[in-house]
Amino acid sequence: MRSIIDIKELSVEEIDELVAVGKDIIANPAAYAHKCEGKKLATLFFEPSTRTRLSFEAAMYELGGHVLTMADAQSSSASKGESVADTAKVISCYADIIAMRHPKEGAPMVAAMNASIPVINAGDGGHNHPTQTLADLLTISREKGRFDHMTVGFCGDLRFGRTVHSLISAMSRYPGVRFLLISPEELKVPSYVKQEIKAHALSYQQTTDLVSAMPELDILYMTRVQKERFFNEEDYLRLKDSYILTPEKLASAKPDLCIMHPLPRVNEISVAVDDDPRACYFKQVLNGKYMRMALILKLLGIR
Amino acid sequence: MNIDSIKNGIVIDHITAGKGMEIYRLLGLDALDCQVAIIKNASSAKMGKKDIIKIDADITVNTDILGYVDPGVTVDTIRNGELVDKKKTELPERLVNILTCRNPRCITTTEQELPHIFRLTDREKGEYRCIYCETKGKTS
Ligand SMILES: [Zn+2]
Repeated sequence: MRSIIDIKELSVEEIDELVAVGKDIIANPAAYAHKCEGKKLATLFFEPSTRTRLSFEAAMYELGGHVLTMADAQSSSASKGESVADTAKVISCYADIIAMRHPKEGAPMVAAMNASIPVINAGDGGHNHPTQTLADLLTISREKGRFDHMTVGFCGDLRFGRTVHSLISAMSRYPGVRFLLISPEELKVPSYVKQEIKAHALSYQQTTDLVSAMPELDILYMTRVQKERFFNEEDYLRLKDSYILTPEKLASAKPDLCIMHPLPRVNEISVAVDDDPRACYFKQVLNGKYMRMALILKLLGIR
Repeated sequence: MNIDSIKNGIVIDHITAGKGMEIYRLLGLDALDCQVAIIKNASSAKMGKKDIIKIDADITVNTDILGYVDPGVTVDTIRNGELVDKKKTELPERLVNILTCRNPRCITTTEQELPHIFRLTDREKGEYRCIYCETKGKTS
């Protein structure tokens, strides 16, 4: 019995295998429509995240399984003082697998240590969100056909964006990957993330200028620059437009650039970009569902 | 100064000079009924000065705490006046309830019964991280 709390728990081979299953599901959905018959997924969301929850639930339904949901978990068991450990033990009596989101870092790990069924971390505060990274990886694989030898640009809030940190960590394991880290000074990648890149003998460059970085990129991963992250409003107003993606800024981009975003977006990608064939962020959402299906199958030991 | 040699008990030796009292406290030796001697600034060929703690009872000491606070400390077990066991401590792989996680977003802040577990992530730097939230551990 195995759980997935952190993307780093999956080896490069296991990621390849999950991506292969994801692609096979896309090619032969009917072959998977009954794989999880009689199985139940419990979605325990102690923090609202309707999109992620619906993605897990859609994944389980498409595998022919059932879903038990504790949609407003934060108002039920936790408020009655039940510990995460006890909740995990109780849900283990009803379901075959758990997807858990929790505002506190490490809560899904505590659940995994106490449950007798697999636990998938569906996001623990600003810490880990492995299925988002799996969605990102399937998108890269489908759009680029590979994970190695490419220039990946990350733009926006690289300091607090956990999806950025996880994807850098996952991509650091492939040869010839170069990172272009595009952000305001205030929101640069933390040093431990840079150390991880260096530990794999890969290179990175930091810049504040999206437009000048654009021609080099094979992938552009956008994130939102939030006003709350700045000390004063002037800095925010001065900088915010530099990190909004528009058709004009894409003028010098490669024709096969892949534009990604973990969604939801506010205004960091202008709606005018949506019709560009290089926009992949809605495909990412769909890929997320396929990877959750692949992960559920793997953790339940179903082939 | 004359300190009785021990017949049955524990000698914690090669303590970095000045750390003897801290180790005495952390191991909870103040709660013991038996004779306990703390020798400060004993001369040592290897270390110049060192502290030694002699405990006149065959108790079990937490070598994880010793290894964390002062790696290199040795623990000698003496029975019937003879040295029967000598252990050199090193930084342990895991620390349970020795460090406390200070990250306000960590699950350990809302679930009081959870053990605070830290994993050794860098032996050279002696760096420990909380297993739940990966925040670096700091000695209190
Ligand atoms: Zn912690």
